[in-house]
Amino acid sequence: MPPWFEAFLSAFLLSAGYNTAVVAVGSALLGAGGGAIGAFVLLRKRSLVSDAMSHATLPGVVLGFLFGLAIFGDGRSLPLLLVGAAFTAGLGMLAVNWIKANTRLTEDTAIGTVLSTFFALGMVLLTVLQSLSVSGQAGLSGFLLGSTSGMLASEAMTIAVAAGVVALAVLAFFKELTLLCFDEGFAASTGLNRNRLDLTLLVLLLAVVVIGLKTVGLVLVIALTIIPPVAARFWTERVGRFVPISAAIGAFGSYLGACLSASAPDLPTGALIVLILFALFLLSLALSPVRGILSAFIRHRRFQRIVHVRQGLLALAHDEPILEPITRRLMKRRGYVTGDLRPTESGWSAARRIARDQALWNLWREDCPDEAHALADWSLRPIDEVLPRDMVADLEARLGLKAEPARGATA
Amino acid sequence: MKIDHVSGGATKIALAEAGRRDVLDPGSPLAVAGLTVAYDRKPVLWNASFSAPEGELTAIVGPNGAGKSTFLKASLSLIPRLSGEISVYGKPMEAARGDVAYVPQRSSVDWDFPATALDVVTMGLYRQIGWFRWPGRKDRERARAMLELVGMEAFSDRQIGQLSGGQQQRVFLARALAQDARVYLMDEPFAGVDAATERAIVDVLRKLLAEGKTVLVVHHDLETVPLYFSHVLFLNAGTVASGPVTETFTAENLQKTYGGRLAATQLAALGEAAKVRG
Amino acid sequence: MDAITFLQFDFPSILLGSLAALGCGLLGNFLVLRRQSLMGDAISHVVLPGIVLGFLVTGTVDSLPMMLGAGVAALISVGLIELIRRLGRVEPGAAMGVVFTSMFAAGVLLLEQSGAGGVHLDVEHALYGNLESAVWLEATGFGDLLRPEILADLPVSVTRLAVVNLAIVAFVALLYKELKLVSFDPLFADTLGISSRLVGTLLIVMVAVAAVAAFDAVGSILVIAMFICPAATARLMTDRLGTQLWISAGVAVASGILGYFAAALGPQLLGVDMSVSAAGMIAVVAGLFQTVAMLLAPRYGVLARRRLQRV
Repeated sequence: MPPWFEAFLSAFLLSAGYNTAVVAVGSALLGAGGGAIGAFVLLRKRSLVSDAMSHATLPGVVLGFLFGLAIFGDGRSLPLLLVGAAFTAGLGMLAVNWIKANTRLTEDTAIGTVLSTFFALGMVLLTVLQSLSVSGQAGLSGFLLGSTSGMLASEAMTIAVAAGVVALAVLAFFKELTLLCFDEGFAASTGLNRNRLDLTLLVLLLAVVVIGLKTVGLVLVIALTIIPPVAARFWTERVGRFVPISAAIGAFGSYLGACLSASAPDLPTGALIVLILFALFLLSLALSPVRGILSAFIRHRRFQRIVHVRQGLLALAHDEPILEPITRRLMKRRGYVTGDLRPTESGWSAARRIARDQALWNLWREDCPDEAHALADWSLRPIDEVLPRDMVADLEARLGLKAEPARGATA
Repeated sequence: MKIDHVSGGATKIALAEAGRRDVLDPGSPLAVAGLTVAYDRKPVLWNASFSAPEGELTAIVGPNGAGKSTFLKASLSLIPRLSGEISVYGKPMEAARGDVAYVPQRSSVDWDFPATALDVVTMGLYRQIGWFRWPGRKDRERARAMLELVGMEAFSDRQIGQLSGGQQQRVFLARALAQDARVYLMDEPFAGVDAATERAIVDVLRKLLAEGKTVLVVHHDLETVPLYFSHVLFLNAGTVASGPVTETFTAENLQKTYGGRLAATQLAALGEAAKVRG
Repeated sequence: MDAITFLQFDFPSILLGSLAALGCGLLGNFLVLRRQSLMGDAISHVVLPGIVLGFLVTGTVDSLPMMLGAGVAALISVGLIELIRRLGRVEPGAAMGVVFTSMFAAGVLLLEQSGAGGVHLDVEHALYGNLESAVWLEATGFGDLLRPEILADLPVSVTRLAVVNLAIVAFVALLYKELKLVSFDPLFADTLGISSRLVGTLLIVMVAVAAVAAFDAVGSILVIAMFICPAATARLMTDRLGTQLWISAGVAVASGILGYFAAALGPQLLGVDMSVSAAGMIAVVAGLFQTVAMLLAPRYGVLARRRLQRV
């Protein structure tokens, strides 16, 4: 076993010392909170607001440092730095909302404006700090990319506790946020204040961003709230599962990243966590049976075949030419037509079956046009498999057809 | 040989799905055969076939979500289709861009865009002007003439966001006129416009007709179908029926397309209106 | 500050800052109108893995392979964003967030692993740039501005940005009509046979070129600011696209010049002896321009709107 793997394993099993364990658990809590909040934010289509927030933390961190320096003679107090970060990130968030509400500029422009100017202001302040040449400022660069190595036990504890509080807050607001994101109308009717809930959501997002600063770094912390929900999108169509899956991906990825980082203290923790989350995302994208690329491709091909074969058979039934090359190929491969596009015996029989099915479907559409265009199976699956028997029998009676023997029997 | 046991009520349906023969008809201004478009594996349009009658004004009607806009967009190859053939005077759509003009829904663009009414109408000429070249004085004059046709010459330098909904619709119409096409596809040009604009649009449609153009209009207001249009296409997920208004705009076809949405009395009245006009 | 020190030390930096601002600012107009403002943000972030890869492949800190690498990384990320947006059916912002954070993280790790960190490649440099390091020691007087053989001794980054700016101006001038059309009504553009996807891709390629050429000198944060703030300022001042382009160019260059002087002279005026980041200050000045426009623009400023509402 290579030494780095041994280190990773002991961190993974929480047996690499108190500090490492606290950092790993704190990261997992933060990942869970970020994943859950991020899922709600994604549904509100405001994912990149976190980008503005995270960049807007820089001036706050520097101001926090200067404040600490002026009052206590030392700027290196993590809570103070985080309070400063939260302060300017909050200002940035309000600025985004203000620009969006009061000018003709769109949200993406508002986000870009805030993130670049606030960060630039932070850069200016940082250079001011550098020319003051006071001690301890080197630690500030850890906020850029995140680092957990050399973190004090008290700092790790602060982060873990704060992350736990955020995770609890998400649980507390879970019902309201779900209503806000999935059923705005209902949320309003139950007397929930939409604006206040939206603000709550952004404040929780802000909390994740600020708490994640030290471990993940301000450039990458937004990944905690964006990658897990986008990965979770591929695993479920059901809204009730989306948020928990996102939280689980966030927690697992962050935990794994923090443990890996313990085994490779030279590598920036933030980059490791983000790349692991990205790997989880890629796995979801490629392999998820629900919406992954592979299954989507297979299902699309299958769907395409159903449509083309059905249209080809209808063309046979109505004595019309089959025009499209794909349709021709599929019809030949199934033996419905010969090489020179003459219908075969089985082609006739299938065409008859499909023509009957289509006639019934069309009649049903005339009866219930609303349901017809809402029903995904309309005209795609045999009507007997979708509608109740008595309904089909009724339609058949009106078409003047006698009930046909089971599918597949030759006429 | 046709399969004959699909008889009775089904014959009509079979006929509605016919028209696929016309596909290769090089004389058809717009022939669509077996068009299927699906969003997320749910077909919005299924096996729709239609051949636009040349030199006629056709209304495309159907309930919300019936795929009317999708039909226009897919015909124009703006969205991918699962199957189907489309031809404009026998040519594929990609080779016939110059022959087809399109009036999108008014809500499809951002009217806050920094452009004047004249700018937008000039866009209709961009194809003729060609890549890399700037519109010249002649182009601007032509665009101004088009604005005049829709009664908007006084607003040519107005930013488009400061126009009323009806005026914006007229600008879109003028842009399509500037294209000088043979076939016009319009997506709900009458939606939310004032009475004066509605008259102005009808005038433009008549003018196009007089010039022998073929026009297809997605239309919502069933009452005015017999007044404004000569032909009608009923759509609901697929083609339900199509033909001259006098023969096709019947209570039966309306019932088939809209089902319970229209009260029986309303249907009868609409059917009567069609007959009166005929 | 005498003329010679100005020419030798300040002038090249001002030139760099203004050129970077001008190119990005012009392209930014179309990003802002197409609601792609954050594309500039995403692309500037993915430049990092690109240059590191360029360095790893060629083993030199020569700028050409590194710029090529950055350009390739930018195009890959744009393709990936499009793929995620479609397959995951998520908003473009979220797709962008996934891609640029991941690629930036990959860049950071590559940097740490490759040891490229030692050769003036580091994350802070990529973010903050190094505007102040540009010098033109050959200059001896203002007359040199007209002497090609001495102008040729300007830092290579100045020449590079000048060439890129020419390309950007040519791009915008040649494709002005097409850019306007696809930004306003992409579907209609497609019906004319003017492919909105092609024009959109060309725009993104130019954005990538501008970002890559500028970031080395001014850092990615200034690049992001310049893609957005001048265009947003101009957007608030006018309803004509042509006018908007001119205003944005003016704001961009003015930010470059004023920002530099604010950074160089501001602290001295305040009586403190320190130097602050010029790139940062230029972005802050651009943000101030935009803030003033948001408040005071004749028609779309908040004050003008309030007054209108009251009447």
